[in-house]
Amino acid sequence: MKRVAICAVAQHKIESDIWYKRFQGMLLDVLEDLQQQTGFVFGGDKGVNNIVSCSDDFFDARTISNNGVCDAIGAHYRGEDKMAQEGLNGIGYAMSLILSGHDEVVYLPAHCKESQSESRNVITNQAYDPFYCRCLGLDFLNVAGLQARAYMNKAKITEEQLAKVVVRARQWAARNPYANETRQVELGDVMYSPMLCDPIRTLHAYPVSDGAVALLLASEKRAYEFTDNPVWITGFGNCMDSYFLGDRDLAGNFALKRAAAQAYKMAGIKNPKKKVNLVELMDCYAYQQPLWLEGLGLCADGMGGKFIDDYGPAQYNVNLSGGMLTGRPLMIGGLYGAVEAVLQLQGKAGEHQAADIDCAVVHSTTGGAGQFHTVLVLER
Amino acid sequence: MAEKNRNVAIIGIGQTEYSSHKEYQNQPEMINEAVRAALKDANLTLDDIDCIVHGNMELFESVFQPDMWHVLGSGAFGKPAFRITTGGTTGATVVCAADNLVASGMFDIVMAIGFEKLQEAGSTTAGITNMADPLWYRHKQTGALTSAEANNIIEEFGADRARRAAMKLRIMMDKNATLNPRAHRRFGLEYDQMEDLMNTSPPLVGELRLIHMCSQSDGACVMIFACEEKAKAISSHPVWIRDHIAVHKEEMVANNYAYERPETSHHRAASQLFARNGITDPVEYFDVFEMYDPSSWWGLDWIREFFLLKDDEHIRMVENDELTIDGKLPLNPSGGVTSSNPIGATAMARVAEVALQIRGEAGAHQIKKEVKHGLASGFGGTMWTVLIMLEKDLDW
Repeated sequence: MKRVAICAVAQHKIESDIWYKRFQGMLLDVLEDLQQQTGFVFGGDKGVNNIVSCSDDFFDARTISNNGVCDAIGAHYRGEDKMAQEGLNGIGYAMSLILSGHDEVVYLPAHCKESQSESRNVITNQAYDPFYCRCLGLDFLNVAGLQARAYMNKAKITEEQLAKVVVRARQWAARNPYANETRQVELGDVMYSPMLCDPIRTLHAYPVSDGAVALLLASEKRAYEFTDNPVWITGFGNCMDSYFLGDRDLAGNFALKRAAAQAYKMAGIKNPKKKVNLVELMDCYAYQQPLWLEGLGLCADGMGGKFIDDYGPAQYNVNLSGGMLTGRPLMIGGLYGAVEAVLQLQGKAGEHQAADIDCAVVHSTTGGAGQFHTVLVLER
Repeated sequence: MAEKNRNVAIIGIGQTEYSSHKEYQNQPEMINEAVRAALKDANLTLDDIDCIVHGNMELFESVFQPDMWHVLGSGAFGKPAFRITTGGTTGATVVCAADNLVASGMFDIVMAIGFEKLQEAGSTTAGITNMADPLWYRHKQTGALTSAEANNIIEEFGADRARRAAMKLRIMMDKNATLNPRAHRRFGLEYDQMEDLMNTSPPLVGELRLIHMCSQSDGACVMIFACEEKAKAISSHPVWIRDHIAVHKEEMVANNYAYERPETSHHRAASQLFARNGITDPVEYFDVFEMYDPSSWWGLDWIREFFLLKDDEHIRMVENDELTIDGKLPLNPSGGVTSSNPIGATAMARVAEVALQIRGEAGAHQIKKEVKHGLASGFGGTMWTVLIMLEKDLDW
């Protein structure tokens, strides 16, 4: 298979309420940043003719959210497809535009302002069917609470281990100028923070976040026109689990294991433990970091607690950006992870740069309690 | 477009009936009916499907990330899946997405799903109005109900000729729909009712009357796509996707009606698509065109835009019966969108109908002469276009 490159990335500083700027303005900022980095243009034989955007009708509170950003993403008189899942899937889809021969260069802008809704839980409650689950009050927070309990029982996760995840995330976030929540905390602060949705505590949950990102993808032939050190997409996979919580093994990672297997197979990775040296995963809640690491095959099943005590997350450079836990918007949490992984592979991560990174895994999840997972493998 | 990596064919089609109410089915059940029909049509099972693409306009039914619930009927359990949406064009966009995903080599067989249950939306017009910018345009928008296009046509050709042409087109669509058991609205209109309808159909906005406007429908359309190697092995009548193009436009719809009218997205898409495929006379080349015609006024004007016609050539085609099912270039043999409009499925149903016509399996509304080259359009957003070219033979 031919290769597809991510040539450059741009990101908006994440904040909990960017009230002073509309999302169109945020998208213009990342577009101009990316054009300055790469000099890419729209239209013509050599420019971008198709755009893969990512946004969400519910978070934007408007039907066809992408029509509100058409001009701000360069889509006037051009093709544009909106990824309506978490944006990391947009990279997989943009890859198909290039590999199919339809395009040589694809622009991928994305935005999400969680602050615009009164409550994220009101939106995620709408993900449940109007007959059985919605009226029970299910939303992504309380189904995560059920999953957290199931997983903590299975893997014998302690409050202290969860606190370690949060403390470490914020230490790294402090080095990332784009991160949202950088206030430092100690183990006790986390362990005794107010209960949000048992067993998830306030400091276990990601803060409300607004942000926007942009990426430029190109075919192998064209990539070097835009950058000297392209990052290659070598693997992609995603997978859907069943809907009803009772039909699923909440602590079992069924969908994530399949998505990862697909991505590793495409990348030719037989043993991820030996090959992967950077991980950006979408940990909306602290318990998800060890759970998803099990699903990615970097930690043995049911051993997530011990993995934290043994400094496993540090060994694999997990979420050196601070990760989802320190605040990323739900619909583009994985895309922010991809941006971070690209910067790390290009050696441009600044104060949180890790040494000798050559193979990164980026993960994201869509739906409640990880119903759907996406895995991307990036290599230098 | 550079060289396509590999050819892609449509090998399975499944549609529900389109109707105003489907109280007996919830969303996953309605989708499941079309999924089963498509699998049966392709003679495949779910195990053969490598990936599923899902799309609709989620704020109509107010289900956030509806593919999560719909896994109960979509067959996506344990499989790779994408959800891609572009408003009214969604059905055509997911066809393009499935084509891209197969052509890329990432998947061999992809199933695309488009659906809508507008009954659960309550008011489609309110839902569409909600697309307008809350600060600048929302208080001015009336959904997709507009007289602007009618006014333009009347200004150009005079009220009597314009009104007659639009109503004749509407009755022509109804005659096709009457032959199609899946169509939602089948009135059995006759051409001698033209004068009557022009005066008695309830007015909506200006020159737009209820009879001109598309319906509010429930339904699902599912199509299965395969790479050339598998399509030839599996299917006795694959229909090939030759090319597709999407053209979006800026949010400010009013610019389309400025003193100097900008090029329409339909015209831009058609001229680029035809140029890169070496088609100089589209009216001669195509044997069928399924157009996303949200109203008879839009449909009338857009014949000119899509076929790159001049002056009153499009009106004459209507007046001279060239677009009827037995005409030179049959338009919407299915009855089109004024007959059935389950929005997220609507644009896909255009592609499905063209494929059925090429296969010669459309039933009572099958075009009598051989159909080899077909064109399907999608319409959505703020005047957006998707155009898809289908072929009977792999010989272009």
